[in-house]
Amino acid sequence: MSLLEIENLSLSIGDVPILKNIELSIAPGEVMGIVGESGSGKSLTALAIMKLLPEGTMARGRVTFDGIDILSAPEPSMCRLRGDDIGMVFQEPMTALNPVKTIGEQVAEGIRWHTGARRADAEKRARAMLDRVGLPESKVPLSRYPHELSGGQRQRVVIAIACALRPKLLIADEPTTALDVVLQAQILELLRDLVQENRMSLLLISHDLAVVAEMADRITIMRRGAVIETGDTTRVLTRQAHPYTRQLAEASAHVPARAAAAAPPAAEPLLEVRDVVRDYPLRRRSLLARPGKFRAVDGVSFSLRAGQSIALVGRSGCGKSTLARMILALDRPTSGTIRFMGEDIATRANDALRPARRNMQVVFQDPYGSFNPRHKAERLVAEPLHLLDEPLSKAERRTLVAETLEQVGLSAADMDKYPHEFSGGQRQRLSIARAIITKPKLIIADEPVSALDVSIRAQILDLFADLNARLNLAYLFITHDLTAARAITDTVLVMHEGRIVETGPTETVLRHPASDVARTLVAAAPNLAQALETRQRRLANAEGSFGLPFDPHTS
Amino acid sequence: MSLDPVFVPTPKRNFFLRALHNRSFLIGLIVTGSIALMALVSFFWVPYDITRLEVANRMQGISLSHPFGTDHMGRDILSMIMVGSRNSIAVAIVAVGLGMGLGVPLGTWAAARGGLPDDLLMRFNDVIFAFPALISALMITAIFGPGAVNAIIAIGIFNVPVFARIARAGALALWPREFILAARACGKGRLVITIEHILPNIASLLLVQGTIQFALGILAEAGLSYLGLGAQPPMPSWGRMLFDAQTRIALAPHLALFPGLAIAITVLGLNLLGDGLRDLLDPRLRHTR
Amino acid sequence: MIAFLAKRLAVGFATLLASSVIVFFVLEVLPGDPARIMLGMNASPETLAALRLEMGLDRPIPIRYLDWIMGLAIGDFGRSYTYSSTVMDLILERLGVSLPLAVIALTLSTLIAIPVGVFAAARRGRAADTITMGAAQVGVAIPNFWFALLLIYVFAVGLRLVPAGGFPGWGETLADNWQALKALILPAVALALPQAAILARVTRSAMVDVMGEDYIRTARAKGMPHRTVLWRHALRNALIPVLTIMGLQFAFLLAGTIIIENVFYLPGLGRLIFQAIIQRDLIVVEGVLMLLVATIILINLAVDICYALIDPRLRLSR
Repeated sequence: MSLLEIENLSLSIGDVPILKNIELSIAPGEVMGIVGESGSGKSLTALAIMKLLPEGTMARGRVTFDGIDILSAPEPSMCRLRGDDIGMVFQEPMTALNPVKTIGEQVAEGIRWHTGARRADAEKRARAMLDRVGLPESKVPLSRYPHELSGGQRQRVVIAIACALRPKLLIADEPTTALDVVLQAQILELLRDLVQENRMSLLLISHDLAVVAEMADRITIMRRGAVIETGDTTRVLTRQAHPYTRQLAEASAHVPARAAAAAPPAAEPLLEVRDVVRDYPLRRRSLLARPGKFRAVDGVSFSLRAGQSIALVGRSGCGKSTLARMILALDRPTSGTIRFMGEDIATRANDALRPARRNMQVVFQDPYGSFNPRHKAERLVAEPLHLLDEPLSKAERRTLVAETLEQVGLSAADMDKYPHEFSGGQRQRLSIARAIITKPKLIIADEPVSALDVSIRAQILDLFADLNARLNLAYLFITHDLTAARAITDTVLVMHEGRIVETGPTETVLRHPASDVARTLVAAAPNLAQALETRQRRLANAEGSFGLPFDPHTS
Repeated sequence: MSLDPVFVPTPKRNFFLRALHNRSFLIGLIVTGSIALMALVSFFWVPYDITRLEVANRMQGISLSHPFGTDHMGRDILSMIMVGSRNSIAVAIVAVGLGMGLGVPLGTWAAARGGLPDDLLMRFNDVIFAFPALISALMITAIFGPGAVNAIIAIGIFNVPVFARIARAGALALWPREFILAARACGKGRLVITIEHILPNIASLLLVQGTIQFALGILAEAGLSYLGLGAQPPMPSWGRMLFDAQTRIALAPHLALFPGLAIAITVLGLNLLGDGLRDLLDPRLRHTR
Repeated sequence: MIAFLAKRLAVGFATLLASSVIVFFVLEVLPGDPARIMLGMNASPETLAALRLEMGLDRPIPIRYLDWIMGLAIGDFGRSYTYSSTVMDLILERLGVSLPLAVIALTLSTLIAIPVGVFAAARRGRAADTITMGAAQVGVAIPNFWFALLLIYVFAVGLRLVPAGGFPGWGETLADNWQALKALILPAVALALPQAAILARVTRSAMVDVMGEDYIRTARAKGMPHRTVLWRHALRNALIPVLTIMGLQFAFLLAGTIIIENVFYLPGLGRLIFQAIIQRDLIVVEGVLMLLVATIILINLAVDICYALIDPRLRLSR
């Protein structure tokens, strides 16, 4: 008998239908993964199980948990269920904890609420739970406040809260999306272990097919509020019976077709970074103490030729974005030189940077935050034209914007739209159009695809590859996502704690990482093909004692 | 969470449609509009000449010929309120203008520079905040004697840090945004970015605060002229009318009723307008009400 | 936390110094000859000279400022020209009216506003919310001195429950003190209610904002009912904007007491400074102004410290 049974669940907010006839069941001890792109309704499905839907949401159908009809259960009995029999982990660890209460209070609170335990006993249990999720007393005492912890640590606290009473079902809604790959791997492992130890069922919600393939026994694929396909993970993902499943699987492993490194090595490097250091003053510990400093970038050197595409990879906080800002001359190095097209840009005044800025543009991660919401596309895309020495006439400007929009796959008619009238992927195209309108030689792209859905991500990667070939653009591609790096770069720089720890051709570094940092990164990166192979091997080992005596990989 | 917010930004066409459905905004607009119209009309026409004193007609009750009655000098209260509205509105407009005119450049400048200028501005704000309008009005009056100009200066000065704070906070939230970084990567300077990107995006914030400060300005002016520190007789003002009414409250309570209602209705209208504007202009709040 | 306190104290002290410079500048430097202002145009040269000497106007301005500020530091506010008594004595006497009035009004407005705000937030969108917030909206718009007049008309003139004005002074017996307290009831209510209306609105909107935060959902997911979460998790976070407004309101409350004391003819600080202005007694004006300004700065300091007690993130010195 299944622990959770969702039958024919439909949701609507006002007159807008959000979920349509969802069917889903989870057996005790089973890991079920829900995969879907944004807007697929996967989060609302989870909230429906908790009955924590936003106000004004109408639910129809049947949700049965452990014999209880959730949709018709009165609020007091839902309160008994939540936190005791069903625990939930959310996406955003930075905001999921109450900033004015200690983590001890927050973990103990649920224990006291459900068991009526005294404060001291509840705190003892909270302590044990925090130890279990990897936050030992010596490092993280109960008296810590959330702001004193890192993102990964906070997510562990949230997991401790959710699992404190060993619920029968744990719901994890994009639990690792806000974290870097290495933290993601650690948190997923923690979740897997907790679920096994306590024989919990897990409902794991993710946009990342590879993550779900690694974790889930069964998988449900959702799109636009409906279930597309559901079944055994290996079967669904190897057969790819439904076209949308195939599309998702292909997009998440997508590598654009690229011409081999086009330009022959030019004599003069386009960008040359030498011994760049950037220090930030730290907050003073007391009025008398000298303020310490934090070295965000520590002696970085590399160079980049025209038309070359380099990936700068590293965990969050490794200094890669600081480095990018210095190359863009938005920030100045403490020491060292940055030469672009032969000129030192680190010491120049803002006015003298015009030629350099014309030849070097930027694409940011967030397609929502990249545009002034009050300007139309024409004005947004034309913004860098202000760097031209000779101002264009109005007609010339419009023609140029139209041409550029077409180059990135938008149409000239889009010129008169406001940014909010574009979809996420279109906005990223708009951002690329803005970057290429001055015909620059170098584009610095800071995590340009990590906020996008997989299918859109594949298209944007194609666009980057295409522009690289057509316009002989050089890229500095900053990312923590190795698949994106692999897709469009020839060379990779691995950065860690402000230093570059490994450099080499992208394929070589990703296949045979030499440094520990690179090895950790590569090992942590979710990989759909590998996940499926491991899964099949495990299955084979479990089923027959005559399993293959050798690893298919090594042959 | 990835509860994909149904983000519906403000297409211009829709603004008027939504404005028509926003009760606060509509009522506020109608009330403020009527008060402004009343002030305008008073320049051309009032029911009775308020400079002529008819002591024989003093303290009449409500009647057809004097809908709000007459005061202790026999002047028509409706006419007094109409003419008095000019004073309230003028003081509040100039005071808000002064506050915005100085505060917004200061605030956006501090946000653009950061560091020492920013610290200095914040400390300067702390100092000004220690002098509420009434207290600086008292101080100014002690030296220069009472008058409407003093009231304007006192209220206006206190508005400077209010707008400086709002502008600074709004600008500080925008500076790290990616579209500002992109503009900087296009070589645009702080001033250009402030004008092109910061100001249009904090305009709605400032507009809403403007209506609130306008309402507070009307209240402050009424208080000052009640104490005799604002507009001087024979210029009628709502606060002064209340002062005159006070000693006669047992005999003729209506003297105190109408000027007070005039103040309360004006302030209420402005606050409703501000609330409505906030709802209309701030997409974040739209679904929370 | 200690660094935070030290920093806030230093800033508060600097603000106070800067304010004293402003007061001194406006009242002693700007007029050129304060003695002439105090005595008016018709004063004889002899009296003028005598007052100039008494005020030390012959000395250079920086010295006069230093002298004045050192005097303030040890509680010497100078002698009143009209009352023939030290300003300090006048202030102490008048504080007996103004301080209880301000404290009663502040307590009253807080005790009304916060529960009403939380109540409205908890019933967001329902009739109770609409009605209370509509009433608050009207309350915000009512000038306190007009409200005071209405109260006088109803409770003093009409019902004769309380005096319409004046203050009998605190006495020895309980009955005396009850009479004195009765004289403060209407003024306190007139001051408190409009403030309470503002505070209730701020409390409600802060609560509504906080209730949309992720950590509220985390708390709900622990199985706590909506109401418990409201009090245990939301209120403390919502208090930060509420405190900010309370700090600002205190300044308005002080200014309000000046008006309200004049409405009710209460012999408090507000009436003192008002009369001193009419009589051009600049020394009293200076002293009372500095006291008011210092109180506002002190309250803001207290608000800052309360922030840090409520929100651990603000304990780091910035």
